[in-house]
Amino acid sequence: MLCATSRLLAAREASALPAHPRGRAPAPRSRRRELHFPGHPELPPGDFLVGRFTKPSVPTGRRVILRKGRMPPAAGGGLAGSELRPRRGRCGSQAARAASRDVATEAATARSPKRPALPSSRRFEAAGRWALLALVTLTSFASRFHRLDQPPHICWDETHFGKMGSYYINRTFFFDVHPPLGKMLIGLAGYLSGYDGTFLFQKPGDNYEHHSYMGMRGFCAFLGSMLIPLAYLTVLELSRSLSAALLTAALLTFDTGCLTLSQYILLDPILMFFIMAAMLSMVKYNSCANRPFSAPWWFWLSLTGVNLAGALGVKFVGLFIILQVGWNTLSDLWHLFGDLSLSMVTLGKHLTARILCLIVLPLALYIATYAVHFMVLNKSGPGDGFFSSAFQARLSGNNLHNASIPEHLAYGSVITVKNLRMAIGYLHSHRHFYPEGVGARQQQVTTYLHKDYNNLWIIKKHNSNSDPLDPSLPVEFVRHGDIIRLEHKETSRNLHSHYHEAPLTRKHYQVTGYGINGSGDSNDFWRIEVINRKFGNRIKVLRSRIRLIHLITGCVLGSSGKVLPKWGWEQMEVTCTPYLKETLSSIWNVEDHINPKLPNISLEVLQPSFPEIMLESHMVMIRGNNGLKPKDNEFTSKPWHWPINFQGLRFSGANDTDFRVYLLGNPVVWWLNLLSIALYVLSASVFAVAVQRGAHLPVEVEGLSQVLLQGGGQLLFGWMMHYFPFFLMGRVLYFHHYFPAMLFSSMLTGLLWDTLLRLCAWSLASYPLARCVHVLGILSLLLGTAYSFYLFHPLAYGMVGPLAQDPRSPMAGLRWLESWDF
Amino acid sequence: MLGFLQQPVMVTTEVNLNMVALTAVGLLSRLWQLAYPRAVVFDEVYYGQHISFYMKRTFFLDGSGPPFGHMLLALGGYLGGFDGNFLWNRIGAEYSSNVPVWSLRLLPALSGALSVPMAYEIVWELGFSHCAATGAALLLLIENALITQSRLMLLESVLIFFNLLAVLSYLKFCNSQKHRPFSPRWWFWLVLTGVACSCAVGIKYVGVFTYLLVLGVAAVHAWHVIGDQTLSNVGADAKGWAGLAWGQVRVLCHLLARAAALVVLPVLVYLLFFYIHLLLLCRSGPHDQIMSSAFQASLEGGLARVTQGQPLEVAFGSQVTLKNVFGQPVPCWLHSHQSTYPMIYENGRGSSHQQQVTCYPFKDVNNWWIVKDPGRHQLVVNNPPRPVRHGDVVQLVHGMTTRLLNTHDVAAPLSPHAQEVSCYIDYNISMPPQNLWRLDIVNRESDTDVWKTILSEVRFVHVNTSAILKLSGVPLPDWGFRQLEVVGEKLFRGYHGSTVWNVEEHRYGRSQEQKERELELHSPTQVDISRNLSFMARFSELQWRMLTVRSDDSEHKYSSTPLDWVMLDTNIAYWLHPRTSAQIHLLGNVVIWASASLATLVYALLFIWYLLRRRRRVCDLPEDRWLRWVLAGALCAGGWAVNYLPFFLMEKTLFLYHYLPALTFQILLLPVVLEHISDHLCRSQLQRSLFTALVVAWFTSACHVSNMLRPLTYGDRSLSPSELKALRWKDSWDILIRKYW
Repeated sequence: MLCATSRLLAAREASALPAHPRGRAPAPRSRRRELHFPGHPELPPGDFLVGRFTKPSVPTGRRVILRKGRMPPAAGGGLAGSELRPRRGRCGSQAARAASRDVATEAATARSPKRPALPSSRRFEAAGRWALLALVTLTSFASRFHRLDQPPHICWDETHFGKMGSYYINRTFFFDVHPPLGKMLIGLAGYLSGYDGTFLFQKPGDNYEHHSYMGMRGFCAFLGSMLIPLAYLTVLELSRSLSAALLTAALLTFDTGCLTLSQYILLDPILMFFIMAAMLSMVKYNSCANRPFSAPWWFWLSLTGVNLAGALGVKFVGLFIILQVGWNTLSDLWHLFGDLSLSMVTLGKHLTARILCLIVLPLALYIATYAVHFMVLNKSGPGDGFFSSAFQARLSGNNLHNASIPEHLAYGSVITVKNLRMAIGYLHSHRHFYPEGVGARQQQVTTYLHKDYNNLWIIKKHNSNSDPLDPSLPVEFVRHGDIIRLEHKETSRNLHSHYHEAPLTRKHYQVTGYGINGSGDSNDFWRIEVINRKFGNRIKVLRSRIRLIHLITGCVLGSSGKVLPKWGWEQMEVTCTPYLKETLSSIWNVEDHINPKLPNISLEVLQPSFPEIMLESHMVMIRGNNGLKPKDNEFTSKPWHWPINFQGLRFSGANDTDFRVYLLGNPVVWWLNLLSIALYVLSASVFAVAVQRGAHLPVEVEGLSQVLLQGGGQLLFGWMMHYFPFFLMGRVLYFHHYFPAMLFSSMLTGLLWDTLLRLCAWSLASYPLARCVHVLGILSLLLGTAYSFYLFHPLAYGMVGPLAQDPRSPMAGLRWLESWDF
Repeated sequence: MLGFLQQPVMVTTEVNLNMVALTAVGLLSRLWQLAYPRAVVFDEVYYGQHISFYMKRTFFLDGSGPPFGHMLLALGGYLGGFDGNFLWNRIGAEYSSNVPVWSLRLLPALSGALSVPMAYEIVWELGFSHCAATGAALLLLIENALITQSRLMLLESVLIFFNLLAVLSYLKFCNSQKHRPFSPRWWFWLVLTGVACSCAVGIKYVGVFTYLLVLGVAAVHAWHVIGDQTLSNVGADAKGWAGLAWGQVRVLCHLLARAAALVVLPVLVYLLFFYIHLLLLCRSGPHDQIMSSAFQASLEGGLARVTQGQPLEVAFGSQVTLKNVFGQPVPCWLHSHQSTYPMIYENGRGSSHQQQVTCYPFKDVNNWWIVKDPGRHQLVVNNPPRPVRHGDVVQLVHGMTTRLLNTHDVAAPLSPHAQEVSCYIDYNISMPPQNLWRLDIVNRESDTDVWKTILSEVRFVHVNTSAILKLSGVPLPDWGFRQLEVVGEKLFRGYHGSTVWNVEEHRYGRSQEQKERELELHSPTQVDISRNLSFMARFSELQWRMLTVRSDDSEHKYSSTPLDWVMLDTNIAYWLHPRTSAQIHLLGNVVIWASASLATLVYALLFIWYLLRRRRRVCDLPEDRWLRWVLAGALCAGGWAVNYLPFFLMEKTLFLYHYLPALTFQILLLPVVLEHISDHLCRSQLQRSLFTALVVAWFTSACHVSNMLRPLTYGDRSLSPSELKALRWKDSWDILIRKYW
């Protein structure tokens, strides 16, 4: 704010200066850059001065200042250098640079002495601005905290994120596809508000009873309420128009979707808060660009970095705002780089500052959240099986923690075998057959991520069925290249393969459990091989990477990573692949190992280093995200549904007696947003083409067109960045993924309508009502959204009674689309 | 008068002998021994099937690409007099004598050969020297992978041909823009660009990337035209506003001409391909089942024979079969049979124990239903028939058992959130029949629309519970004979194909008695009206099915990932002689592949370097050289990028040959970079001569490698195992060596 107000004042004072044409001398460096036209670098700088030193607001009388045509490049001080240059020559001229420096100092001296003299009306206006901001913030908080405790049961994904908050309080390890920051904050909020982590969060609809849940909901609602002042300030900074900012704030306050999403224990309010905060600090820092390396500049730059880390730390969707900031930074650097008055040293400083604040700082914070995550969660929990054996060894309560097990594999050992590809799991079998039509009707063999008795296998010699655990016999170790048989401990069937096609990967062979009490046929024989043999002929528990090669068909045991249908309990397919490609999915290691005849040794050495843990947890998360594929026949939300508000999400309740909350955008707001995007593209391209054609725009229109092209451009880019990537994603998508994009689209709407109304007012300036057009337009938009919120508010605050398809329901007339079911 | 006779009629031509020679050598390399091997080679097995379908004019559905490519191959078969009688079932099978192998392979070979002179033209039009242009052409000429791919009945070489044609004609258009816009020559090249683009898209969907690239470059150029002040200010001072307006009109004409030729025309040509495709394939075939009833009815034979002459409007008393529109997992018809739901399911839940209603994927007499007016008892059609309209309440009577379709508040067997659908049996007093359904015609034009056979898509909304009849798609257990479950969906979410049904077979019921009616149901339908689907409806359905049909993405022995392609870490064995070890591989010229990748890297680095320096107003290159350098990069490096990078996002099985279009563009960049280095980075004459010597040495080695790999390219010579082993330069290459020599 500091930077913004001072800059505003500067602009005001500057506008008081006579706007004398400065055709000869180029503009001050900084001015020129911030007013730079995207994609049109060769506009003569003098013209900008005229536009700059006039207030962008509508003047009382209509002042039409036609530009005097394009200036020849020479008059522009050689900055517009498109003519031919001699090879390896300097294209710019020294004189021009000196001149520009003079003007900069002159402008600076002209600005500074006037600062203390603030007329009282200005002070009054400033107070008004603050009051408006306070009003917006208050409304937003009031709307979000109203009936926050309703319903007092678990709604929708609260069951996940509340549960994960509890895990942090209980310090048990779990696995989730999202990075940890958001859940950690939820856990912290719960902890501070006195929640003890004992509630189970089993399924949506469970009553909270005496457990304290308001702390967690209140935290999310707080961040959700902050979105509106953030959006308000962003639009204010981009458009310099209070009415545009106010309109944006109204659109967002009165959107039922944003409201619903902010009222529950979810990651989305946290994510959106960081996204909006990053956007605001980026915009603020852009406007500080004329005073590089000043305190506010550093402040906003580093704040951008902090917020980026926050956004990425909550969900990987935060990557999109990082890309947006990255793009903004690149174009910023590009402009600086083209500014010949800056020396390479200064440029180096600029570059280093950005690398420090936008790459190093966020990365450090992001890693720090993981460090905290792993430090807090040190007890074994439900997420263990997703991680490698080495990782599990550091969780207290896990059977690998401080474990002491026999080191070398011997015949008769009972083992679990884990696939080395991350998030595949243990080799598993159970008393169920493959269904008819899927290969031979024998017992299923799968991989399974959870620890289970059915993961246990006994390693036996291929040719003798004598019990190797008989104490009279000597211990015989398994060696590289041995022919073995793996018997499933619970069902006493052998691991088996044959020339039948695998259930999903048709080019591979089926793997089954076969035989009775361990006696099968020669298709049960496997050759065990150690990859990159380092430890001699024996096979080490945990550390040897082994391959199982089927003796008769010569194929390799592996997991395809594909999920079996219902008959296979949605575990993962195990196949025998005839292609001997070296992939992790066909390499296994032995994890648990029980053999009473062997001495146990301690496995302290296994502790993985922090970078390894980071890498592994990211791999597991990425695989987990990719694994969230829509199943056949499942009706899923498609990205094109979202902007048209096609279908909502049921947060709570389905029947007419339930307390129902339905996540659905306020259709008036959303459809207005949709219309605005189309209108924006149209009007922006009209302006862009007009400029490209060299049309002579009046000064006011030029100012407005810059707001539209630059400010609006950033917002449109933000919307696109947060929306279009979803079309490429293969995972299951939900309606609430659209909300970050929706924020950008609402800001664009606010900015666009304000600008269009101003344009309208300007073109009608000869009529007495001209000024009213703008005020009336904004007012009607504000009142319209407020009224629509009044209509739709039961969606967010909850409703009981007949469903809307019942004509008796009060919401019956509001079911504008057949696909809404509230 | 007759003055023109005083001048002799003169024809002056200039023949570029370079071009002629290159074309001749190109033709020689691609056409030599074209009919060898006389056996099915690799993917010919796949394209061949489609050619046979074209020859027999049988309808088929192929999700791999639009039909233009297959049609071109079929054209070769047509010219060679192929009758389509060959069983394409196995790679390596000998062709029978009725297969005109030479003419089938001719078209790909010709396109491969013509790519060579086109490469020459492109580099020349980009503004580089004849020497560079010749170099580009020679590199394409000796590239083994391109030779292999164009000598067989495959589509990549045709795709490359049209890609290059699109780029070349756009360049020609661009160059004539500077001199004489709106001349016939200008129009010709502009239109040809559009046509070539849509041909490329018509062969394979990946052609769309080149199209987008050309569109992008054209958009940038159009943006410059908009900013071109000379276009508007011509005479503006003299004529004032009129001149200015005229300038705007000129700009508008420029934009409209481009839009018409590069956007509208390609769409039309694309539609034309489908028009011809559907015109040719008029007979029903093995893939009919995937299409909708209306589509099937438009094909000769198959469903058309069955439904020929059915009455159009469904009336009270009509006998119908109802097909689900969604048809997932398999297309099926609403069905019922004598068996009832089990009293208690495996999980202990109870059922209504009434007659099962399922969806059955085969034609069966139990698929027949009679539309009944709830107010009347009779099951025959009045004279005149009283048509059923949108919003009417009907009962559906199962033809063979005369029970009424019913749903009630009992959980469905496998989808417990939905209602069970049954045929009502009156032995449970506590459960009254709830068998009234309101008809909802989804694709109606007005609210009084009549229910039409095949054309109408209808929903049945249960009157008591407003549940909707829906195919859940889950196969029932053994008690339900593994037929698909049908449920009443209460929580209805918008339009979905699984809730929509259409009448496929239809006739007016005539018989009052049940016995007669059963006989009637068993007899085939007849009467006569014919109906046709409009072309656009057929096109959109076919296109949609082609894009959504799911091929099983099975792993293939020779499949590879995009990362393997850049440095040629993989190959594909195409064919092996049944007795000797002569074999054909898709295997590129390693030297060319590696140096082309290197050239792309060098280009990118130099480009960034120049760009940064220009930003600091240090101009290393004169302006026109710089623009030329940028355009060459945009088209060649850009062409490589758009044809390569998207593969990282694709989830289908990928093969080495998918890289060939990208490789072609990369090869074009190679001489461009070499000439640039020699002209601008070699400071002295000595350096330049040294560099030239290096280039010559490099080119010689490329020729040498090409010659060494020749036996694997043409497959004409049987190599000994040791020779084969010597050719296995990379461990990842899979060269076939017979174990028992």
